[in-house]
Amino acid sequence: MARPVDGPYIDSAGRGDWPKPLKAETCELSFYYGTRLVLKRVSVPIAECNITALIGPSGCGKSTFLRCFNRMHDLYPGTRYEGAIVLYPDSRNILDREVDPIEVRMRLAMVFQKPNPFPKSVYENVAYGLRVRGVKDRRAIDEKVEQALRSAALWEEVKDRLSALGTSLSGGQQQRLCIARALATDPELLLLDEPTSALDPIATASIEELLQDLKRRVTILIVTHNMQQAARISDWTAFMYLGELVEFGPTKRLFTTPAKKQTEDYITGRFG
Amino acid sequence: MIKRRKFSEALFKALGLSALVLAVGTLVLLFGALLIDGVGRLDWQFLTSFPSRHASQAGILPAVVGSTLVMLVTAFVGIPIGVAAAIYLEEYARRTWLTELIEVTVTNLAGVPSIIFGLLALGLFVYMLGLGSSILTAGLTLALLILPVVIVTTREAIRAIPVQIREAAFALGATRWQTVADHVLPYSASGILTGIILALSRAIGETAPIVTVGALTFIAFLPPSPITDQPPYLSFEWLMSPFTVMPIQMFGWVSRPGEDFAANAAAAGLLLVGMTLAMNGLAIYVRYRMRKRVSW
Repeated sequence: MARPVDGPYIDSAGRGDWPKPLKAETCELSFYYGTRLVLKRVSVPIAECNITALIGPSGCGKSTFLRCFNRMHDLYPGTRYEGAIVLYPDSRNILDREVDPIEVRMRLAMVFQKPNPFPKSVYENVAYGLRVRGVKDRRAIDEKVEQALRSAALWEEVKDRLSALGTSLSGGQQQRLCIARALATDPELLLLDEPTSALDPIATASIEELLQDLKRRVTILIVTHNMQQAARISDWTAFMYLGELVEFGPTKRLFTTPAKKQTEDYITGRFG
Repeated sequence: MIKRRKFSEALFKALGLSALVLAVGTLVLLFGALLIDGVGRLDWQFLTSFPSRHASQAGILPAVVGSTLVMLVTAFVGIPIGVAAAIYLEEYARRTWLTELIEVTVTNLAGVPSIIFGLLALGLFVYMLGLGSSILTAGLTLALLILPVVIVTTREAIRAIPVQIREAAFALGATRWQTVADHVLPYSASGILTGIILALSRAIGETAPIVTVGALTFIAFLPPSPITDQPPYLSFEWLMSPFTVMPIQMFGWVSRPGEDFAANAAAAGLLLVGMTLAMNGLAIYVRYRMRKRVSW
């Protein structure tokens, strides 16, 4: 898949901020709900072991964009992708017809907007991804569960009540449980869809801190409607508007000297 | 002005209350009459005896056994088919005009008079398949009868599970079947179970379709035992045995002259009402117990 030379991610000044190495990239990704075009030829690079943030006003297609990565749209009739999402290092186009969506979902993991733990025990919540993959060895599962809960900074709080229902935890804990559940299967790419929008500021801060920790080991793509959050935690930012990518660049640069007027208007709060 | 509005409010209150009293009062009266007539006959002898020409020696044993065995067949056939059909419609089937048609048909079937099912069963099971007037025929007939109810309640229970839970499972790489078996079914079990119990409690009181397929009203023996003393220790002969069920036994007694048989009928009625209430109670208990565990 050829990289479009004059894509919007090379800014007008020709600074050509291009992340390296890449974990994934979308090439002219379009998406249709029925006949309605909601993503218009979006090309974004996802840098390995970095946090890439997607910002934009609600309805701009950023969640739709995120859900293309694990082929979530395949679950619903009348949806169609065009273009490519390439996963590295094997350069596999995961939108290819021959690629089974389940294969894609085994490589990536997703955390949703509203915490959605299963009404099962904390342990079973984290272990579920492994069980789906047919892991039977109890010791291996025990180990993975603990490791994932530690990575999600939840171990100390729940180690004495692993058999309690996941749904009985507080909102912030539930979301960290969902992160642990996503991490247990060692995903190559972690997708987060506004993971803190249902949480209070303290829980939000702890999740943001957690993401900073996690990015050493896993590539993160996060959708947020909170610009301050994007500015605080991400290395790269993509600004989307009405299904199109307006600007992509290093977070610091994008927030201080945006190349596009629309970006500037949005980050200074003039619209959106 | 306010006075007039208050008056219409009081009027409606009075109307509503009298409607309630009328409805509940009639029920209480009916049940009370049944209780007075029947409670004296409801003893161990009554439960363990066969029907007899002498009202005081007659009992309901074959009918209780018959009802139990018929319910067993009904549950064994109706529940798996109904639940599987509901899962297919809700989780697998794509929305097309065909599935829409099936949906409407299933919902309408739930309202079809039960005797129609009896006629259908008479033609299909008794004559075409040659199963005779047996426990198997009756069980299959009632299974057909409860099928739409099981399908509708199961679909409702499944639909109550938030889409976020399903998406969480899919996002972890689960297949559709893994999502159904590990999440959808366990979380909707209380709703499904409630629907099943209510459907069975309706089936146990059904008379018309059972009469149509040819149940007996007077029967002085029990079906062959399902457990035998010779290998393989299990026998399915009882499936083909003639039988009676409680509502039919009750009807048989009601239609006989004389006060003493009326008491038998009332006692049988009490037993039937008691069993139905017990099943409904169980449904409520199950729902209450499992709802407490599953929440989101």
